Amino acid sequence: MSSSATEAKQQATFKVYRGDADNGEHHTYTVPVEEGMVVLDGLHHIQANDCPDLAVRWNCKAAKCGSCSAEVNGKPSLLCKTRMDALPLDEPITVTPLRAFPVMKDLVTDVSWNYEKNKQIKPFTPKNEDTDNWEMYQEDAERAQEFRKCIECFLCQDTCHVLRNHDKKANFFGPRFMVRLASLDMHPYDTEDRLSFIKDTAGVNYCNITKCCTEVCPEDIKITDNAIIPLKERVVDEYYDPIQGLLKMLGLKKARK
Amino acid sequence: MAVNAAELLRTDELGKTERNDIWWTEPLLVVSTLVIFSMYVFWAVTQNANFEVGPYLSPFYSPDLRHTFPALFAQFPWLSPAYLVLWIPLAFRGTCYYARRAYYRSFFLTPPACSVGPSQTASELYEGETKFPFVLLHLHRYFFILAAILAIFHWKHFMDAFFFEQGMGVGVGTVVVGIDALFLTLYVFSCHSWRHLLAGKLNCFTCGAFEKMRHTGWKNQSLLNEKHAQYFWLSLATVWFADVYIRMVASGQWRDVIYIFGQGFTTL
Ligand code: SF4
Ligand code: SF4
Ligand code: FES
Ligand code: FES
Repeated sequence: MSSSATEAKQQATFKVYRGDADNGEHHTYTVPVEEGMVVLDGLHHIQANDCPDLAVRWNCKAAKCGSCSAEVNGKPSLLCKTRMDALPLDEPITVTPLRAFPVMKDLVTDVSWNYEKNKQIKPFTPKNEDTDNWEMYQEDAERAQEFRKCIECFLCQDTCHVLRNHDKKANFFGPRFMVRLASLDMHPYDTEDRLSFIKDTAGVNYCNITKCCTEVCPEDIKITDNAIIPLKERVVDEYYDPIQGLLKMLGLKKARK
Repeated sequence: MAVNAAELLRTDELGKTERNDIWWTEPLLVVSTLVIFSMYVFWAVTQNANFEVGPYLSPFYSPDLRHTFPALFAQFPWLSPAYLVLWIPLAFRGTCYYARRAYYRSFFLTPPACSVGPSQTASELYEGETKFPFVLLHLHRYFFILAAILAIFHWKHFMDAFFFEQGMGVGVGTVVVGIDALFLTLYVFSCHSWRHLLAGKLNCFTCGAFEKMRHTGWKNQSLLNEKHAQYFWLSLATVWFADVYIRMVASGQWRDVIYIFGQGFTTL
C-alpha cells in the first residue's frame, strides 16, 4: 500500500517473447519496479541481469525515433513510452513483437515491407522549381504539419486489422501511408494527380474506418478523421459520386488537376 | 518449451488477443443498444397511433406527410406515415462514418476491438468498402443533404410546440422536442461529408476570399466533428426519448405540464 523506503521493492513479472519467426515461447522474468520506469527499462534490466542476448530495438528512449515498437499486454505500443505505473502489476506484463510483420529475433521485427510501399509513392511534385519564392500561409501549413509529426513507428500498421488479421498487404498500404498520401494530396503546391493511386494501388477503401490506428498513434495524429476519411471523400468525388460523374460526362465539370 | 511461433503469435482467430483489459464491453454495449433501439423503432412506427398529442409530433413521424398525400392515406388507413420518412434517418445513420466504425466492430467483428482477432470467415471475406454492398456507403453525402432538411423539420416542430389550444406557452414536451432538434442538428452538422464539402476538398485554403471563408467554416466545423461520435449517441438518445415522451402523453400515461403565457400552469 504505502511506498515507504523500508518496504521491499515492488516486483513486476515480465512475460517476454523469445524466439524467431518459426519457433518461440514466452519467457518469464522478475524485475524490480523503480519510480517513473517504462517497459523498455524493464527489458534493459533483463538484458543486464538475465539474458544479454534478448533482442530489442531502441534508440532515443524519448518516443521520437519510432524504433521500440512492440506489443505490451497485447496492445501495439512504444516500449519507451509505456509507463509501468499505467499497467496492472499484479498480472504479468506480456511483451511480444509486432504481429503484423515477420519476427527476426525476440522483439525485433522486419518492417521493410513498409519501406517498399513508401518507395511506390510518387514524391512531392511542386508546380515549379522556384522554391525560394513560395508563399505558404499558416492556414495551409497547419493541416500538413499534423501529418509531418509521424515518426514511422508503424504501430498503426501493426494494429490495422487489414494488414494484421486479413493479410491484405497486397491491396492496402496501411494507415501510415494514408497519412503520407494525405499530406501530399492536400498540399497546395503538389501537382500530381494521386487519386487513382490512392484508390487502386494504395487501396484506401480497404480501410473500414474502425480507428484502431488513431488509438495507437504515439504522435496523436488523427489518422482516420484527418487523413483517411478526407481521402475517401476525395475518392468518392472522383469515382463514386453519381451526380459529379454525370456532370463530368456532360462536360459541365472538369476533371481534376 | 518453444512452440510454433505462428501458433503463439497468431491473430486470425475470433477473440484472440493478449490484451488483459475488458475490451468486449464496448462491442457488447453497442450491440445491445442498437438492437433494443431498432426493436423499439420498429414497434413505434408500426403502432401508427399515439405519435402526436397537442402540438407535439413524434420525431419518427417527421415530416408529417399525411396532409401532403391525403388520398394515399385515405386509401390505405393502415399505412404508417413514418414508413415514408423513416428511411431518411436510417440511411443517414447507416452510412455515417462513425456508425460504420461502430457496426464494423460490434456486428461484423472486423475487428471486435483493436488488436483482437476477427473470425476466420470475416478475414477470408474481407474486402473493406471496395465491393458491393459496402461500396454504396460512399453515397453518404446525399443522405447528409436529406438529413439536413430533416433537421429543419425538427426545428419547425419545435416552433409548433409553442402553440397550444389554450394559447401560446411552453410545455415539458416543448423542451423535449427542442432538445431533440438541437442534438439532431449537432449530429448532422458534425458530419464528415459536410466537413469535406465545406472546405476539406480544397488544397488551398487561402487562394481566394471564398476559400478563406470556407476555411473558417471548416475550422469551426472541425471542432464539432471531433465530437461526432458523442453526437451520434446523444441524438439517438434524445430522439428516442422524444418519441417515448410523446407516446406516453398521447396514451394518457403521463401528463404534460405546460405554462400558458399570461394564464399560468395547466396540463395537456
Ligand atoms: S481505421 Fe482503417 S487504417 Fe486505421 S486501423 Fe482501422 S482499418 Fe486500418
Ligand atoms: S502515423 Fe502515428 S502510429 Fe503511424 S507510423 Fe506515424 S507516428 Fe506511428
Ligand atoms: S526508443 Fe525511440 S521511440 Fe522508443
Ligand atoms: S459521418 Fe456521421 S453523419 Fe456523416
